[in-house]
Amino acid sequence: MSVANRSSSSPSQLKSAEPVVALHEINRHFQLGEQTVKALDAVSLELLAGDYVSVMGPSGSGKSTLLNILGLLDRPDAGAYLLNGAPTQDLSEEKRARLRQQNIGFVFQSYHLIPRMSARENIELPLILAGTAPKERARMVSEMLERLGLTARASHLPNQLSGGQRQRVAIGRAIIMKPKLLLADEPTGNLDTQSGADVVTLLEELNTQGITLVVVTHDVELGKRARRQLRMVDGRIQSDLRQSDVSD
Amino acid sequence: MRAMDLARFNFQVMVGHRFRTIMLMIALIIGVAAVNLLTGLGEGARLFVLGEFSFLGKNTLIIMPGKKETTGGMPPITGEAPRDLTLEDMRALTRLSAINRTAPLIAGMAELSYQSRLRESFVVGTTHDFFAIRKLSLLQGRALPPGDPTFADAVCVLGQTLKRELFGPEPALGQWVRAGDRRFRVIGILEGKGVAMGLNFDEAMLIPVASAQMLFNQEGLFRVFAEVRSERELTPTRNAILSIIKERHDGEEDITLITQDALLSSFDEILRTLTLAVGGIAGISLAVAGVLIMNVMLISVSQRTAEIGLLKALGASAATVRRLFLSEALLLAIIGSLIGLLISESLLAAGRLLYNQIPLGSPVWVKVAAVGVAIVTALLFAYLPARKAAALAPVEALTHKQGP
Ligand SMILES: Nc1ncnc2c1ncn2[C@@H]1O[C@H](COP(=O)(O)OP(=O)(O)OP(=O)(O)O)[C@@H](O)[C@H]1O
Ligand SMILES: [Mg+2]
Repeated sequence: MSVANRSSSSPSQLKSAEPVVALHEINRHFQLGEQTVKALDAVSLELLAGDYVSVMGPSGSGKSTLLNILGLLDRPDAGAYLLNGAPTQDLSEEKRARLRQQNIGFVFQSYHLIPRMSARENIELPLILAGTAPKERARMVSEMLERLGLTARASHLPNQLSGGQRQRVAIGRAIIMKPKLLLADEPTGNLDTQSGADVVTLLEELNTQGITLVVVTHDVELGKRARRQLRMVDGRIQSDLRQSDVSD
Repeated sequence: MRAMDLARFNFQVMVGHRFRTIMLMIALIIGVAAVNLLTGLGEGARLFVLGEFSFLGKNTLIIMPGKKETTGGMPPITGEAPRDLTLEDMRALTRLSAINRTAPLIAGMAELSYQSRLRESFVVGTTHDFFAIRKLSLLQGRALPPGDPTFADAVCVLGQTLKRELFGPEPALGQWVRAGDRRFRVIGILEGKGVAMGLNFDEAMLIPVASAQMLFNQEGLFRVFAEVRSERELTPTRNAILSIIKERHDGEEDITLITQDALLSSFDEILRTLTLAVGGIAGISLAVAGVLIMNVMLISVSQRTAEIGLLKALGASAATVRRLFLSEALLLAIIGSLIGLLISESLLAAGRLLYNQIPLGSPVWVKVAAVGVAIVTALLFAYLPARKAAALAPVEALTHKQGP
């Protein structure tokens, strides 16, 4: 495993940081019969280290597609994607997997926890895949459980946890490798107001500690909390709003 | 990913998909067990038959009267010989230094009686050395006396079963048994050799060859056994015997000389081929298990598409995903074939307990091959599903909405 890419910058230094992510003229088109769906249409975007970005827009506007491209889960049809200044679009699938492992964390609306594994094991999974030593793994996961307030639930299976707890487990799993970039697609979509608020608090806390956070959401209230707000329509970024300050 | 983690991950998958695991496991167990069990049975039968027929040492030549012209196949057991094989012929052979000892054999049926008990039985005329050549051991008394084979002593050695039938629990040594119009004093009782095929000495009476010649009124010998000092000298001795007999029989080479190996090798070959064929057919069930593994794994890959996508999102490379599926198959194959071995070995052991004369059991290489074939088959047939899983695009795998 590698923690070489761990960001050690403090939040105050982040204002002047260089872009973690740079998209140039990204196209992602889907052919549906005769029709071409332009899920992403010449999208250009730069994310700075420590950014807190929300992505909103109508259904089908390309939000999830954008997130998948950012997360190296999908390849653009055209355009350039630089991660930490290095182009990624021509990398092999194996290299992209490695970049994902070390740089990117995902949080999904439907949690995507592995049902046969306990909370602890789900959080541990990225470390296992990376080949981290068991002893170090145990220490890191215990710390993470503590931080998420899930120590008492460590041995519970996902179906024995509430939605909010599941999403916190998923977040723990997303950040156990200490990624620079955390991508969340509707992280509160399946949660009630209280659990949703808890999850948002957790994500924002992580952002405060330096992680670059991108949240796709339909929730206007949540979207407005971000320092930077993107609005997508028909595969294009229609507006890109920056607030110098977040009003709570 | 570490090997231990890989094993643990797969173990969880296997427990999580119990039905699937058990189904594949059973297929592998049956395959391996069938191979081991059937070859074990065949091999047991082969060894049993060989054991029953290999009553002679490796270095013993069997001389029989009559010439078998064609090579290969069984030599004639009956059939009119133009010239008798005699005790003088046998005696002539003893001057060959390579020959340790010789023994003649005349056999026939005779009506035996002791007091009121009557029994039609097999009577063998031979000499003292026959006991050593045929490796007969005695339960009581002594063997036929050594000395001049032409001396028709009125003594006999009884097989164990025959003794019981004639004497019951009473002691037999020193008693007189009547055979035809002659009487023989019992001087020894043979140790039982269990169920036997071929010549069964348990139910036979052994008497001096000269007595048998008189009893059956027959000069010619049925067989002469010649034990050669070493295996190396077998071929030269064989030629020497042929020329001695030829010389004595007016230049007529009218005997057949075989070694026990020659006699048994055709048996051996047939039984071995049969065993391998049966084992091979059982091996096909392993291939069937392989096809099953492939299909079930392909289903598993599509069922676990979302999970594969997730693993990829978490940084698992295609190689890791492929390794996950291959190692699952490997684990299945190892556990399944070990259980299969265990079951078939217990069955063979139970069989040995029931039929203790038959050495049921497959050779080690068959066990190794059965496990090896199971593992290779599992890996081979899991390769396609594993490759399919590894090739899944992460985004497409993830958008399969599944899981809690
Ligand atoms: N694999 C695909 N094949 C075909 N079309 C696709 C595929 N993925 C996305 N699309 C199309 O691309 C467009 C953008 O989809 P995307 O999922 O990015 O929308 P979204 O903004 O996330 O919508 P929602 O808010 O409903 O999640 C849609 O029209 C969708 O139908
Ligand atoms: Mg979406």
